[in-house]
Amino acid sequence: MNIVVCVKQVPDTATERKLRSDDKTLDRDAADGVINELDEYAVEEALKLKEAHGGEAAVTVLTMGPAKATETIRKALAMGADKAVHLTDDALHGSDALSTSYAMAQALGRIGFDLVVLGSESTDARTGVLAAMLAERLGVAQLTQAKKVEVSGTSIAVERVTEYGYDKVEATLPAVVSVVEKINEPRYPSFKGIMAAKKKPVETLSVADAGIAADQVGLAGAWSEVAEFAAAPPRGAGTIVKGDGDGGTKTADFLVTKKFI
Amino acid sequence: MKLSDEYEDLRKTVEAFARDVVAPVIGDYYEREEFPYDIVRQMGAMGLFGLPIPEEHGGMGGDYFALCLALEELARVDSSVSITLEAAVSLGAMPIYRFGDDDQRARWLPRLAAGEMLGAFGLTEPGGGSDVPGGMRTKAHLDGDEWVINGTKAFITNSGTDITGVVAVAAITGTTEAGRPEISTILVPSGTPGFTVSKKYSKVGWSASDTRELSFADCRVPAGNLLGERGRGYAQFLQTLDEGRIAIAALSVGLAQGCVDESLRYVRERRAFGHPIGHYQAIQFKIADMEARAHTARLAYYHAAEKMLAGEPFKKEAAIAKLVSSNAAMDNAREATQIFGGYGFMNEFPVGRFYRDAKILEIGEGTSEVQRMLIARELGLSAL
Ligand SMILES: Cc1cc2nc3c(=O)[nH]c(=O)nc-3n(C[C@H](O)[C@H](O)[C@H](O)COP(=O)(O)OP(=O)(O)OC[C@H]3O[C@@H](n4cnc5c(N)ncnc54)[C@H](O)[C@@H]3O)c2cc1C
Ligand SMILES: Cc1cc2nc3c(=O)[nH]c(=O)nc-3n(C[C@H](O)[C@H](O)[C@H](O)COP(=O)(O)OP(=O)(O)OC[C@H]3O[C@@H](n4cnc5c(N)ncnc54)[C@H](O)[C@@H]3O)c2cc1C
Repeated sequence: MNIVVCVKQVPDTATERKLRSDDKTLDRDAADGVINELDEYAVEEALKLKEAHGGEAAVTVLTMGPAKATETIRKALAMGADKAVHLTDDALHGSDALSTSYAMAQALGRIGFDLVVLGSESTDARTGVLAAMLAERLGVAQLTQAKKVEVSGTSIAVERVTEYGYDKVEATLPAVVSVVEKINEPRYPSFKGIMAAKKKPVETLSVADAGIAADQVGLAGAWSEVAEFAAAPPRGAGTIVKGDGDGGTKTADFLVTKKFI
Repeated sequence: MKLSDEYEDLRKTVEAFARDVVAPVIGDYYEREEFPYDIVRQMGAMGLFGLPIPEEHGGMGGDYFALCLALEELARVDSSVSITLEAAVSLGAMPIYRFGDDDQRARWLPRLAAGEMLGAFGLTEPGGGSDVPGGMRTKAHLDGDEWVINGTKAFITNSGTDITGVVAVAAITGTTEAGRPEISTILVPSGTPGFTVSKKYSKVGWSASDTRELSFADCRVPAGNLLGERGRGYAQFLQTLDEGRIAIAALSVGLAQGCVDESLRYVRERRAFGHPIGHYQAIQFKIADMEARAHTARLAYYHAAEKMLAGEPFKKEAAIAKLVSSNAAMDNAREATQIFGGYGFMNEFPVGRFYRDAKILEIGEGTSEVQRMLIARELGLSAL
């Protein structure tokens, strides 16, 4: 079984994140790049599926991003993925979700896959649409928001998180799956894994290598445009509820006026 | 000094583990003086206990510096887990790896390297830790094909946990031709009849680590449990302790840096006289000094480790690293506690824990006086 995990490098949520004033894209130099948190769960799930297959599977990492994203690729390899494909090209800078899905679908076509695993959302752009877009472009089943994945033979079953509980969804491979945090507990890479990661193959693909039309991606090819942006307004002073033995009631009253309770 | 990618990735991994797994729960273990089995299990799964041990023995195939980086990152958050790792690897597993024969290595190393079993090293005795063998009373003699051990060991880390498997015991096994005590190291498996582990000490710090007194009363182990050659015990523990000093230095740097981390957060939030206290120069200077101490101490242990890995003499550098970094830990813990005011004196704040954990660093694996003695010797000043 060929499993491809899509791993995105995002700015560390613990550091200050900002957009660039010139082209209104994310300032990726301003913050430390880390692996998108949910993508660690995606990698873990891919590794678990591989292990459940008695190792009769290969896990390939696919990352689209600038040169510095190699750090994130290394992390996924250190966790245990077998190899990686790094889709990187100046022409990709500024791609929106639609063109990102196009570029990644092209790359996936080159790599070949039975199963594509993604996080259900990134922490920077947070559109949460990539899994659906990829499945559509690749013409395969989409199984999103999975909290449990089981593969047997060519069939795949997932428990898909919903507001009321979960749905059980089944499909035939190939398929695209996106996972939520509940699905597993990602492992910490061991030092052996970290050292082995350096020796694992990482193939670099340019736009031309992947057969991507350069005018369909990047800022020029984007369907959407960030017209303007502003920093979030600073938080207000807050309301202090003064109590004289009746603080609890007063707080409850306040929450009722705000419709919290 | 820039770390290579592998070291940096390891450092980051342990940093994340300490922050996400250790930090949220360790305060409670500490308060209950309970050994954190669950954390230790996860450290084992990550391979931390096998860092400097070759893969053929179940380790990670890294080196001693990798272990030091892990110790530093753990100690930034908590010293009990860091000393548990330090003692298990540096004092427990490494002597077996360095001095053990094939059978001993095969018997003990895979489980020690996986963290499924902990090893301990029993050198100190109630009558003396700095003065070895002067203060040493534990004796062992051969009776047929068995060693018979009698004596008491004090303050032995990791010696009484549910997963402790073996203690390397230094004992007097005779008299050398020069008339001095002959010292040998003997491996004593936990549970051997005649080997009693006392209840845990009530300690000022390191409260979530395991420290016990051990006694041996006609305790018999097979002759084959001798570690390395008979009479090499003195040389063995000198080497073990020289390395261990670099590890304790790394742990101390972690504590010193943890004080900076905590203080930086706090002084931005805590307000007094109308401003965050971080606006006052008196506070800023404290933090600047703390950072400078952590930084220079780190360079000292990096340097000692570099010499050690290059196979060069490193005794003086290791002693200097241990001396300055334990100093830095003490000074930073005192200042961080001061910065936190009354909250700094509360056990529920990490700096309160740092304060209690810092003092032992000037005592264990060679007191600061012993480090100064070693440095003076290396400078050619002779002993009395
Ligand atoms: C602050 C910000 C705002 C943005 N707003 C918009 C917008 O409103 N509309 C728009 O069209 N685009 C937007 N973008 C562009 C968008 O980031 C990219 O197109 C992105 O690669 C896909 O969107 P996502 O990260 O939201 O994907 P999501 O669907 O949230 O991510 C789901 C999963 O897809 C995978 N994945 C996503 N990106 C990559 C990648 N580059 N490499 C490998 N795997 C990946 C990961 O597994 C991830 O967990 C924005 C970008 C930023 C930084
Ligand atoms: C929590 C904890 C864990 C420990 N874990 C271990 C372990 O796992 N294994 C182990 O073997 N030991 C362990 N120890 C013991 C530790 O290494 C010793 O306590 C330490 O070496 C000091 O020995 P001592 O306590 O006998 O002090 P002493 O040697 O009695 O020293 C008392 C004081 O005299 C000073 N002094 C001694 N000689 C001189 C001199 N010539 N000149 C000037 N000053 C001198 C010392 O510096 C010290 O200040 C541990 C101790 C503690 C507290």
